[in-house]
Amino acid sequence: MSDHHDDEVLGKAYDSVLMKRLLGYVKPYRKHVVLAIILNLIVAGLPAVRPLLTQIAIDDYIANSDYDGLILIAGLLIGVLFFQAAMQYLLTYFTQLMGQKIIYDLRIKLFTHIQKLSLRYFDKTPIGRIVTRVTNDVESLNELFSSGIVMVFSDIFIIIWIFIFMFFMSWDLALVTLIVLPFLFYATFLFRRKVRDSYRNIRFHLARLNSYMQEHVTGMNIVQIFSKEKEEEAKFSEINDAHKDANVKGVFYYAVFFPTVEILSSAAFALIIWYGGGNVIQDTLTIGVLFAFIQYVEMFFRPIRDLSEKYNIMQTAMASSERIFKLLDNDTFVKNPENPDKLEKVNGQIEFKDVCFAYNPEEYVLKNLSFKINPGETVAIVGATGAGKTSIINILTRFYDIEKGSICIDGEDIRRIDKRDLRKYVSVVLQDVFLFSGTIKSNISLGSPNISEEDVIKAAQVVGADKFIQNLPNKYNEEVKEKGATLSVGQKQLISFARALAYNPQILILDEATSSVDTETEILIQNAIEKLLVGRTSIVIAHRLSTIQNADKILVMHKGELRESGTHQELLSQKGIYHKLYQLQYKEQEISRPA
Amino acid sequence: MRSLLLLNKYFLRYKNKLALGILFIIVSNSAQVFVPLIIRDSIDSLKQVINYDMLIRNALLIFGAALVGGFFRFAIRQTIIVVSREIEFDLRQDFWTYIQKLPLRFFQNNSTGDLMAHATNDVSAVRMYVGPAVMYSIDTAIRFVIIMTIFISVSPMLTLYALLPLPLLSYFVYKLSKKIHERFTKIQEKFSDLTTKAQENFSGIRVIKSYVREQYEIDNFTTVSRDYLERNMDKIRIQAMFMPILFLITGISFIIVISVGGTMVINGALTIGDITAYTIYLGMLIWPMIAIGWVLNLMQQASASMKRLQKIMKEDLEITDSKETSYAINSVSGKIEFKNVSFKYKKNLPNVLSGLNFTIEKGQTVAIIGQTGVGKTSLINLIPRLYDTTEGQILIDGNDIKSVPLKVLRQNIGLVSQETFLFSDTLYNNILYGTQNGNKEIVEKVAKISRLDKDVEGFPKGYDTILGERGITLSGGQKQRSCLARALAIDPKILILDDSFSAVDTNTEEEILSNLKEFMKDRTSIIISHRISTVKDADKIYVLDNNVIAEEGTHEELVNKEGIYADLHYKQLLEEELKELN
Repeated sequence: MSDHHDDEVLGKAYDSVLMKRLLGYVKPYRKHVVLAIILNLIVAGLPAVRPLLTQIAIDDYIANSDYDGLILIAGLLIGVLFFQAAMQYLLTYFTQLMGQKIIYDLRIKLFTHIQKLSLRYFDKTPIGRIVTRVTNDVESLNELFSSGIVMVFSDIFIIIWIFIFMFFMSWDLALVTLIVLPFLFYATFLFRRKVRDSYRNIRFHLARLNSYMQEHVTGMNIVQIFSKEKEEEAKFSEINDAHKDANVKGVFYYAVFFPTVEILSSAAFALIIWYGGGNVIQDTLTIGVLFAFIQYVEMFFRPIRDLSEKYNIMQTAMASSERIFKLLDNDTFVKNPENPDKLEKVNGQIEFKDVCFAYNPEEYVLKNLSFKINPGETVAIVGATGAGKTSIINILTRFYDIEKGSICIDGEDIRRIDKRDLRKYVSVVLQDVFLFSGTIKSNISLGSPNISEEDVIKAAQVVGADKFIQNLPNKYNEEVKEKGATLSVGQKQLISFARALAYNPQILILDEATSSVDTETEILIQNAIEKLLVGRTSIVIAHRLSTIQNADKILVMHKGELRESGTHQELLSQKGIYHKLYQLQYKEQEISRPA
Repeated sequence: MRSLLLLNKYFLRYKNKLALGILFIIVSNSAQVFVPLIIRDSIDSLKQVINYDMLIRNALLIFGAALVGGFFRFAIRQTIIVVSREIEFDLRQDFWTYIQKLPLRFFQNNSTGDLMAHATNDVSAVRMYVGPAVMYSIDTAIRFVIIMTIFISVSPMLTLYALLPLPLLSYFVYKLSKKIHERFTKIQEKFSDLTTKAQENFSGIRVIKSYVREQYEIDNFTTVSRDYLERNMDKIRIQAMFMPILFLITGISFIIVISVGGTMVINGALTIGDITAYTIYLGMLIWPMIAIGWVLNLMQQASASMKRLQKIMKEDLEITDSKETSYAINSVSGKIEFKNVSFKYKKNLPNVLSGLNFTIEKGQTVAIIGQTGVGKTSLINLIPRLYDTTEGQILIDGNDIKSVPLKVLRQNIGLVSQETFLFSDTLYNNILYGTQNGNKEIVEKVAKISRLDKDVEGFPKGYDTILGERGITLSGGQKQRSCLARALAIDPKILILDDSFSAVDTNTEEEILSNLKEFMKDRTSIIISHRISTVKDADKIYVLDNNVIAEEGTHEELVNKEGIYADLHYKQLLEEELKELN
């Protein structure tokens, strides 16, 4: 909804700062621009040749009954025509190509930038909005680059060429004809201003209509429960009516402008007949020139009318580019150290020292957290919702940076380690399994060149996913669609386990899923988890009794603090928080647990 | 295209204005067609007599004809295009009025975005047909007939030659448009790939960052972008031919007029003025020839849009007053009976509720408890008929609810649903939303019961505070309490609270519940909750499990039973203890 609003706002049509920045993206295509300008000059000039040639045909050949000359001119006209068509084709092709390439560059740049942004950005921004930036907003710049900028040149060139030819043929008739020009400019100027206001007004009412509909479709059950259909119908009618009126007002401006242009062009015809005709009578002008002028008048009204329409393109483009640049200027990165310490090998010792962490300033979700995990150990973290379990994952992988204290791996502060190295050694298996569209294989390897097909299969075998994958029609090449909609919850989990195993990290963080699965799958998953934890340091946010019982140590989190730690039996006998948690969450598993 | 016939009833509504518009088209074209004729006569007269007065007269005539033509062109837009806006209004209004009557089921099966697209894009597409498409086709037809008549009267042969290439123009416009459209469809496919890729990447960003796959993702995205660029260039290669072909064909027509016409001038069959007029007329015909292709396109789009709109406007209303409705019933006193009620959302889905039987007496407070997904909300949605039962019957005061007029039924039920939806309006208007003539007194009264009064004191504008995006954002608890106040304001005979305190802290909840006791004295109340604390004081508690009522009784009875309720009770005590721990 707020995105909707955001995108409705229209700024000015020209902003020199934005424009300068946008033109920066044109720079790599300087050659294209030069070519486009040359082609433009030609394409704009060729149509102006035609009236000149017809003037010659009329005055020199038709008047003198010269058939051959007439044929010659016709041939020339055809030649010019074909040349013009070819040039026009090239012009369109090259400018569009340039536009496409520029927005392609911009899109990749934007996407790459987004990849670097911290999770803090993704937490705050609806995904739909980020997608819009990369897709629609970039797209709306296409018109600016491919037709906007170039076509403005082209319109201006056409007008200049026509002027040159007119003055060349008869400067006084040209001056007389162009008397209408100030009127035309003034009409266009007035129209543009009125249309801009009316366009704004229409957008305003459209936004109102949209937000009314959005709100009332969402809250339709409230409307119906309170039997307010009649009243809402009247309210909608009022908004719908205001929208209509805004549009009808817009119609009025168009209804005035287009006929005005036609009247002005006829006024130019009238001037040509009156003044030019007079000159012909006095023999200072030929009929051919008169004829040519009539054609020129027809020609120069179009670009002037077009120029006023370029305005909307510019306006939308400016608004989009502003949003794009805002995102490009966003630098909420988790900073990589400038001279990271090289980590050749990791044993897997983890130490939290007085760690404090908050998502929002001063709202600490982890308070003075300290603990140490030895290489190869499996540690289970338990606690009620909101105890701060997930935050431990987030800070250990540096999705977020901590406020106070330090986290060390093998004695090295993780802020001194290259993020890529860190994440290579520390893998996370999240609770909600995320599958990408692609194949089963690509979902396990995630496209890493270091993971061969054999590695993928081996990992799948170890976690027990191989069996169901082999039963799929295309086995490891089976297509995964729409976040794995065709796979069961258990199957998806096994795939994510295989993924973690294939990457073979020294440190594994596992956020166990809570969703209930059938007994058979449960056994599969329990076995897989056991395999997964072997031979590495593991931190598990545990929801399974079996995982807890197998852990070397259990850390009990409560309200952001570490409250108890020890083994299952030790903690049970303490009769503290763990004891309560056990009764609340795990005790039932003991009864219903598969043997 | 048949679906466009459905628009006839709208056209008929504005038939006078439309007829006027067509008349204006005829007048305007007649006047404008006059201009080249005067130019012709002026040019031809130049070589014969020396007459300045005639030149001035002709110049004025040209200007006059243009003025008349221009004025009527203005009038055309003010009639036909304005009518199209009127019809757009009517169509959208009809659409809205209809969907307002559709049942909740419909809104759960159709996304808001989809419905919005119908009401905006589809209605707009239809308008483009009603307005510009109709205007240009009539204009083209009339202009074509008039100019043809003049052409043929001047020289049938030159007309034949000059117009020979023009059908080619329509042909190419049609062919190219079709090709462009095909390629455009491919572009859209790629664009949707691009969107999907971006969407997927941003949703899975945690996994990508965890496994350091950013570069791989960028490479993938680059490939898709590259494909998208290629598809665009495929289209551009065809599209770039559009203008050149246009120039070529119209240009050839022009050259034919000059050369063939020129030859005829030499032979004395035509005058220079004739050729001049011919070329101007050609210019006037070119745009209509192009418009034919364009108009066909608009009609196709409008027809598809009309079909989509029609599909929704034919949806089954399901829940309305019907033959069974007994309009004699104009009040509700509050006894509710479920008789063998079963419910499922769709034919081929399993039952959500199976054979429920129970009676709630007038003035009783009844609680329903059970895990997520057992059908508590489905059950209470049946009472104000947001859904109808699949089997069985619900009686209110002994009458089948289907015989109670819908408005009477709903105006007597205060339902506070789980989703807290408030309009972006003032708090005052939100609270009084369901009332006919509410006043400040009522607002203050219900706000007090809902414990909203203290919060409002903190708002700078009090009850006139605007909620939502343009105003302040309420907390979850404040929203729930506002919804409660809104339901209380209609002075309902039956009050239904569907998990309405989940975001309210326990202390406030207790206060509200005790405030409500007085209010609920003579009213029937149904309370749904996960929390034992909310339901424990009810006259009767139903425990819903596996689509049926598993346990029923008072709090004491159920605790002693050592069943589902007792287990839940024990766990919640533990949770409380944990929460209290510091």
